[in-house]
Amino acid sequence: MVNTGDTAWILTSAALVLLMTPGLALFYGGMVRAKSVLNMMMMSFGALALITVLWVLYGYSVAFGDDVGAGLLGNPGEFFGLAGLMEDTTSEAGGLPSMAFVGFQAVFAIITVALISGAIADRAKFGSWMVFAGLWATVVYFPVAHWVFDFTLTGDDGVVTHTGGWIANNLAAIDFAGGTAVHINAGAAGLALALVLGKRRGFGREAMRPHNLPLVMLGAGLLWFGWFGFNAGSALAANNTAAVVWVNTLAATAAAILGWLLTEKLRDGHATSLGAASGAVAGLVAITPACSSVSPIGAIVLGIVAGVLCALAVGLKYRFGYDDSLDVVGVHLVGGLWGTLAIGFLATADAPAGVDGLFYGGGVDQLWRQAVGAVAVLVFSFVLTLVIGFVIQKTIGFRIAEEDEVTGIDNVVHAESAYDFASLGSSGSTAPLAGQARAEARNTERTLA
Amino acid sequence: MKLVTAIIKPFKLDDVKNALELIGITGLTVSEVQGFGRQRGHTEVYRGAEYQVDFVPKVRIEVVVGEIDAARVVDAVVESASTGQIGDGKVWVTTIDEIVRVRTGERGEDAL
Repeated sequence: MVNTGDTAWILTSAALVLLMTPGLALFYGGMVRAKSVLNMMMMSFGALALITVLWVLYGYSVAFGDDVGAGLLGNPGEFFGLAGLMEDTTSEAGGLPSMAFVGFQAVFAIITVALISGAIADRAKFGSWMVFAGLWATVVYFPVAHWVFDFTLTGDDGVVTHTGGWIANNLAAIDFAGGTAVHINAGAAGLALALVLGKRRGFGREAMRPHNLPLVMLGAGLLWFGWFGFNAGSALAANNTAAVVWVNTLAATAAAILGWLLTEKLRDGHATSLGAASGAVAGLVAITPACSSVSPIGAIVLGIVAGVLCALAVGLKYRFGYDDSLDVVGVHLVGGLWGTLAIGFLATADAPAGVDGLFYGGGVDQLWRQAVGAVAVLVFSFVLTLVIGFVIQKTIGFRIAEEDEVTGIDNVVHAESAYDFASLGSSGSTAPLAGQARAEARNTERTLA
Repeated sequence: MKLVTAIIKPFKLDDVKNALELIGITGLTVSEVQGFGRQRGHTEVYRGAEYQVDFVPKVRIEVVVGEIDAARVVDAVVESASTGQIGDGKVWVTTIDEIVRVRTGERGEDAL
């Protein structure tokens, strides 16, 4: 029998998580300069489109198909094209329809890929980004999702009916909603890609101010809203675990905003709106893996530390000279590492996950499991992203021309501009040209040039 | 005929406009501009990175008047735009060779 409560909550959660990607587009879009906001947002929307199609074709199968060996990869053929999943199996396999889980996990894949784009603002060819997104999802995300999210299932008779991934089952590291698979994964990829593409022209020298902080605040709000689906939905049921996770997600995020703002006030003298938005995201990232294993007080401690740590970490790019434009490393990699490791310290057996960390008398057992899981995903993602990035760089090219970067990527790559604030009626534009006339005009331009 | 150009602090625009109306000025042109003088710019901080913003927003007022009025306009602007703080702006006067009212084609002082 289908469990209508669980199914309703998971379908709702999936829609909430989907909204995070447009939310991320606003969050990132507001942070770049006015000349590249559309490209920034298009990288998120591009990922949304492409990864969905790949997920239906083979992504779900690679992530959640039966393990083909050592917990590294699901069988890509098992659910190719989501074959066989339309049938109602809720009578044997619990109350949640397979497709609800397929949809819920699809939106995780999308946002993970979209997160990476913050590291390469203003300067990546859109086509190359799309090629990267497809390759990265295939080679990095789908397998890592299998490692972390695919649990081995055993039937009533003790026979294993489905074999999952190694981090979830063999290592038994706790990652409730994706501290490793989503945030460490995207953060490490962001670092690698920032290194492949190199610095923006004028990095560290010119002012690259966020062009629209209200957009950033709106985006952070939508991310926070969607994140309740991300974390509480990961309970895969409308139950007590989901409720505990919900409150922990709220508490850690609020505490992280305070942590970030306090750090800013003491260090720079001002509590900023960008700091509040960034602190919220840092808190959300850090609580993601830990939301089922800490108490609400633990969540507050975890959140404050996340806010302080990430506020300090965003300065690293200037010291080491890599242009992680929108701080994917400082927020997602550092926040994800902290949240994943924090379980080893702050987990309490009173929480739904039922494990004690170091501070609750559980010793270092869980801590080393967390560390191994975190480092494995970090190294795997970083190395493979470097390889994919360099291959794209050497073949079809990854960066736009320097001149185009100065002009603005929106204009050059997408033939659009985000805002028309010209107060003159015509704003200097001319009537749209029809096909033939446009071709002639282009020829004339070329001749003149 | 003279062109009086004034660069002032944006929040003083209403005071200056009122002062000019009081002395009988019938038209002026206003634009938002940026620049720096001895005041220089200010700093902004984003995620801990400090940016020096060199150009400060200012308002530019342009008034075209006859020879006699120019001095009174300058006095009115200086008096109404002054706060005594650094960054109050500048006023200067330039001579105009010719002026035409577009609607009627009138020239010189008649066009004012």
